[in-house]
Amino acid sequence: MHINLTDQPIDVAAVLASVQDDGAGAVNTFIGTVRNQSTGRRVVRLDYEAYDAMALKQMQRVAEQAQEKWPMLRQVAVTHRKGRLDIGDVAVVVAVSTPHRADSFAACQYIIDTIKQVVPIWKKEEYEDGSVWVAAHP
Amino acid sequence: MKLKIALFGIAKEIVGSSSLDLDTPDQQSVADLMRQLQTQYPALRELTSLAIAVNSDYATDDYQLQERDEIALIPPVSGG
Repeated sequence: MHINLTDQPIDVAAVLASVQDDGAGAVNTFIGTVRNQSTGRRVVRLDYEAYDAMALKQMQRVAEQAQEKWPMLRQVAVTHRKGRLDIGDVAVVVAVSTPHRADSFAACQYIIDTIKQVVPIWKKEEYEDGSVWVAAHP
Repeated sequence: MKLKIALFGIAKEIVGSSSLDLDTPDQQSVADLMRQLQTQYPALRELTSLAIAVNSDYATDDYQLQERDEIALIPPVSGG
């Protein structure tokens, strides 16, 4: 497993290369990027804050859970960005490799969906006229 | 005992600091600490969710805190 948290731009090709496996016929990748609007407001940039030690531990745990659910999973890589990001920047990359494609899609979706629920990383959207911590309030 | 609590995201803004030192009774569960924090900072009650992590893991309500524990308040996460 390749689990990383970084304040530097994510090298997507390097993350993909890290899940290369001779026993895998399928590689599935999710790339989360910063978009320029949210709930009707124009976003100018994002700030991600992380509880580093726990974030790494939780990402590792999610990858392990995926391995239990899909024992055929060959490689898992998760890299999450923190700090200030601009529109179009890559915020997160999840890549998995499996023998066949169906498991690859399913495992990759499980990992990104679960990361968004449990990993202590917080996103602050900066607008032209203010900012909001995402999902903080109902 | 003295507890040190790390704060992130909106919890940091509500408290106005990235960490908080609290004096608590020696027998203090995670639920007790949560009540104390929500009483002291009512804006914490308005969040979508709020959890306490101990030693970089989510803690259950009945966990008995120790002075040496690394404690963090976890407001609603929004990574990805």
